Formats: sequence, C-alpha cells, structure tokens
Amino acid sequence: MSGYSEGFWGAWRLIFTFDPELYEIIFLSLQVTVSAVIIASVIGLPLGAWLAVNRFWLRRYVIAVLNALMGLPPVVVGLFVYMALSRAGPLGGFGLLFSPAAMIIAQVIIITPLIASLSHQSIRDLWAEYHDLLISMNATRAQRIRALLWDGRRALLTATLAGFGRAIGEVGAIMIVGGNIEHVTRALTTAIALETGRGNFAFAMGLGLVLIVLAIIINLAIHIIGKTERASTW
Amino acid sequence: MNLGWKTLIAAGLLASAGQAETMRMAVTTSFYNSGLSEILLPEIKLELGFDVELIVVGTGQALRLGAAGDVDAILVHARAAEEAFVSAGFGTHRREIMYNDFIFVGPPDDPAKLAEAKTAIAALQSIAMAEAPFVSRGDDSGTNKKELALWGEAGIAPEGAWYRAAGAGMGATLNTASGMNAYAFSDRASWLNFGNKGELSLLFAGDPALFNQYAYIPVNPARWPHVKNDLAMQLETWLTSEKAAGLINAYTIDGEQLFIFNATQ
Amino acid sequence: MVSILPLKLSAASAHMHGKRLLGPVSLTLGQNGLTVVIGPNGAGKTTLLRLMHGLQRCSGGALSWAVPAAEARQRQAFVFQAPIMMRRRVIDSLAYPLRLRGIGKGEARAMARASAARFGLADLLESRAPLLSGGEKQKLSLARALIIAPEVLFLDEPCANLDGRATREIETLLLCERARGTRIVMSTHDMGQARRLAQEVIFMHKGVVHESGAAEPFFAAPDTPEAAAFINGDIVE
Repeated sequence: MSGYSEGFWGAWRLIFTFDPELYEIIFLSLQVTVSAVIIASVIGLPLGAWLAVNRFWLRRYVIAVLNALMGLPPVVVGLFVYMALSRAGPLGGFGLLFSPAAMIIAQVIIITPLIASLSHQSIRDLWAEYHDLLISMNATRAQRIRALLWDGRRALLTATLAGFGRAIGEVGAIMIVGGNIEHVTRALTTAIALETGRGNFAFAMGLGLVLIVLAIIINLAIHIIGKTERASTW
Repeated sequence: MNLGWKTLIAAGLLASAGQAETMRMAVTTSFYNSGLSEILLPEIKLELGFDVELIVVGTGQALRLGAAGDVDAILVHARAAEEAFVSAGFGTHRREIMYNDFIFVGPPDDPAKLAEAKTAIAALQSIAMAEAPFVSRGDDSGTNKKELALWGEAGIAPEGAWYRAAGAGMGATLNTASGMNAYAFSDRASWLNFGNKGELSLLFAGDPALFNQYAYIPVNPARWPHVKNDLAMQLETWLTSEKAAGLINAYTIDGEQLFIFNATQ
Repeated sequence: MVSILPLKLSAASAHMHGKRLLGPVSLTLGQNGLTVVIGPNGAGKTTLLRLMHGLQRCSGGALSWAVPAAEARQRQAFVFQAPIMMRRRVIDSLAYPLRLRGIGKGEARAMARASAARFGLADLLESRAPLLSGGEKQKLSLARALIIAPEVLFLDEPCANLDGRATREIETLLLCERARGTRIVMSTHDMGQARRLAQEVIFMHKGVVHESGAAEPFFAAPDTPEAAAFINGDIVE
C-alpha cells in the first residue's frame, strides 16, 4: 500500500527536519501532561499513603471508588469538566474552557485515581513491613506517611509514570475541554485525530511515531525501575 | 529543579490567561478541513491585530458552544438552525459570507448510476433503490442536516444495512467511505482537501439544491457580557470586506475554486 | 529526671480475635538490671514484651509506668526478632530515630557515625541496610534502638536467627549497655544465653507468668516442675 510507506517516510522527514508545527504540538502535550502528572502526584501519592496507614470505616469504599474511577472513560471526564467550565456552568466565571489549564484539570481528574490506587497498593505492602518499627519509634502520622512515601519512592515513581502514560495518550477528554485549537490547545493525540480526519496521514503518523516512542520510553523506565526494586529491595 | 517544576505548572495554568487579544470562533469541520482558514487567519492577524482561535466542531456543537457563551462567534452552515439560534437571543444577527456546494462521491463502478442522475433527489433515490453502501456523517452537523433534509425531500427514510451513520466528522466519514468503497455526501471543500481518496471519485454535483451557505453569527453580549463582541464585529467587517472577497474567491485546490463570496454590504 | 520505672502490670491480658494470647499477668519491673523472659514456644513471651512496649493493647487489667504513658513511650525502644530494615543506607537508618525527634540532619548524622563506630558498623555506613548480613542487620537494629538513649530496651529473641559469633557480639554489646544503666528486658529460647545474661528471670508457660525472680536461685532451684523441666531441656507440655 503506497499510502502507508508515503505516510511513514513523510513522518520521519517531519521529525528529522524539526518541523516547527510538529515540535510545537509535542511541547504542548508534554507541558500539559507533565503539569497534570505533577499535580495528580501531589494529590494522589499522599492520598494513597494515607489510605494505606489509616483504618476507618469508609476506607474500603474509598478504595473501591478509586479503583472504579481508574477505569473511567476519559470522554466522560471531559464532558463533566466541559459542563463545569463552560460559561453556562458553575465554574464558567474563570474562563478556563479551551485553555491548556482546562486540559490539565481533565487529565488530573483522569490520572489521580490511577496514581492514588497504584501508590496505595505499594505503600500498603511497605506499611505492613514498617508498621511495628514506626509505631515503636513513636513516629507521628505525618512522619509515617513521609517515611513510606520516601522509602517507597521507586514504586511511586512507577505509579507516576503509569499516570503519565495514560495522560499523554488520552484524546477524548482534552479534545472536548481543550477544543484542539491550533497553537493553543492542540496536543499530540488531538492533532492525530484531526489530521487523520483530514486524510493527512504523513503528519498524523509523525505525531503517532512520537507518541509511540514516548510510550516505549515510559514503559522501559517502568520496567527498569520495577526490576531494580525487586533485585535489591531498595 | 524545584523552580523548574513550579515554572512549568505556572506556565501550564497561565498559558491561556496571558494572551490579551484573542477571540474564539466555533467553525464547522468542513470549513476547517477546506484549508481556507490557513489563508484567512494570518491576514486577520496582520490587519486586525488579534488572533482568532478556532474551535473545530460540527454545526450542532458549534451552536451549543455559542449558546453557552463559550465562544465569541460562530461560522456555520445550517440556515434553519442558525435562524433559530438568533431568534432565541443567543446571537445578535446572522450574516451570510460565502457558499460552496455539496457533492456526492462514490466508487468508480458506480452501482447506483449516480453519474447519470439529473437531480440530487434522483441521485439519492437511485442509491436507495440499489441499496448501495452509503456512509452518512450521522453527527448532527450542518452537512448531516442537509443530507437528512434531502432524504426527506426524496421521500425516503434512510435505513437498512446499506446506510451507515458514522457519527464522525467529514474527514473520518470520507475515510470510512474510502475504506468501504461506499457513497458519501460531502462538501466540496473537504473533498478536495481530503488526502485519502482511495478509489472514490466525485460522481454528482451542480444541482442548486446542493447550495451550501456559510453564515457568521456573533454571540449576543447582552446574554453573555464576557464575550468579545467588539472583536467579533471587527471580524465580521473584515470577513465581508473586498479584501476577504478576493482571498476567498482566489482560494483553489488542484485548480478548482472552493468558495464563492456572496456577502452583501 | 524522674525514672519511667517501675512498670506495673496488674492482671493485664491480651486477646486477638477473641483468643487469649496472654494473661492475666501481674508483675513489677524494677529500676535496674537485665530481665530475661523464657519459656516454650507459644508461651506468650513476644506478646508480653509487645504489651509492655505498647505495641499490643491490654484487653483487660492495667499497665502503668511511673510517668504518663506518652512520656514513657518516648524513653524506651524495641528490637524485633526479625530485623525491620528501612530501605535506606545504614547511616540514614541510624539517624532516622533522631530525625523523628526533630534533631537536625548534620547533628543526627554525626551521632549516627559515633554510634556506628561503637557497634562495629563504621565500614558499612554507606551500605544499603536491606542488603546487610543477618548479624549486621541485628547490630544495626540494636544501634538504632539505642541511639535515642532509651531508659528501657526491649529485645524479642534478638539472636534467634544468628550464628555463634554474631550472638556473642550482640551479647557483649548488651552487657556493655547494661553496665551503662539501661534497663534491659529480653526474651530468648536459648538457655545458655539466659544463664549468661540474666539477673532476673520471668518464666512463662501457657500465657501466664509461671515463676519470676532473681536469676541465680531460679536456675539453681526452680520452684515449679515445669520450670525445672524447661531448664533441663525437657519438652514442656
């Protein structure tokens, strides 16, 4: 199929000639997703640790809800964020719709449950190991959470990277709340959807290749971190 | 390191707030896919001094974005819906800018003999008669509304295995038709700009019933005080100017003119 | 400073999931010395130590220190049978209890270095704690427990998983610590170790204190046939 090879080579040409449009889109994607991952981690990691070290009657339900939210279709999140940020919605006054900030908000909502749930699982195991020691040392609740977050940092980094992987490849939510505006809110995935729709396959494939490379890098990183962790219990 | 992250977050959050002179316009997928915006927007920036950010959606969603005050103006092509929009008070007025036309594309062996049809209605009737595969937008867009109106005039309720509602934009619908070697109803601009025609070719066009009028509607500032009505009015003046007329009429793909300017002063 | 001792247990008991693990136990832990808790497996030695330290709640009876419980907790430490190693380097593991008490990083590290030198861990300061040998881990546990200069030190079978040489090192360190005035309460199943270290003995059987008192008379002439059998190495049912 000639269209395929044409698209494929066109894609590499765009990448290696540093096509400014392509790199602008890559940069925006990274900017939005990295911001979202940082915010989601700041919320999700301590939340996961807190759920691991505290026993309260709602705990099971909170964890069940987190696990359910982990599988939430992004397009649903996008719709809710859109309705909230729309001028006609409750948060319309901030004028955030169709901005990178709106995309960050949507991604934070999508990946925070994932990061919290994954970090909860690993922190729970570490807490089972540390429990007697930290209680014996009179560590306060905050000190316990801090120790668990720090000593479990490799597992937490894995959770964070998983969040990054989900966010960078997400299209449904950021399409709705970002609007896919050229130079403003056009990210890798929304641009791929658009260019595919226009039959402009070379550009779409160029973006797709970048996305694939990013995904591979992330998964390799997760793999390597996971392996060193098992090898050294460190 | 720490500062780096903070700057990044701040940049992410403030990227939208920092830009002073921009307005947002919801446009139809067909208009955007024509590529005309890539000619007009730089000129607008140059002459009016502000950026026009395009939200590319179907006509149905464009009208809803306007009604919710999420854009400052809309440029769409679905007359009845536009008039309802203005009379409901969501828009100040409706200004016709230009038109192009709708076309039928399909497989080269043309099982429904579309190339021999006399009118658009007859073309649809022969597709239904032959039960030839037909891919519809099925997304409540202007093009979709137009297609459904024509089926209505033809006295046919399009249903059955041969009629596929893609629920997608024009490009995606054409991709689907190309993959299935099916008939499709498209605007001429999207078709000419479409990069994956495969075996499809243009089979029927030229019936005045396929006239596709684009109109510009500024969102009503009385309803949404935050909308940038002054910029929207400047844009309207520009879109209906001699300068815009020249650019629009001169825009061609493969030597074919796509739009005909018809704004009245 | 007022001593946190004596520790008094009056009819204290511990249950888990409705099953009695310990008690009722009544005893007083005086100011000085080294007490060894002995008894067959499942006698409740570990539970007794955990109850005293506060890791296990009293389900009945009472336990009281000479000072309020919260203050007493700050002045005691515990060494577990299986060393719990934080995923940190030796120096950071040693400094951690001090950091918890709000001591600055530099000072805590200096104290950690001094402690490591005393416990023969000086060469291992930069090693990862989870990768140490069993003997090294237990020495680190001991050093970590003692770095806050506790008034009372609890040890739960600290040498259970160690070879002879490592056991001797730990015992030497414990005797040295006893000489410095630290009140030590430890459990063991090793009669030789009990004889070498104990000044006071608590003999447990089936969840209760069967016999307790000064070590010398206990080993010379135990009051009960169970204790006598246990000392002789017979199986106690």
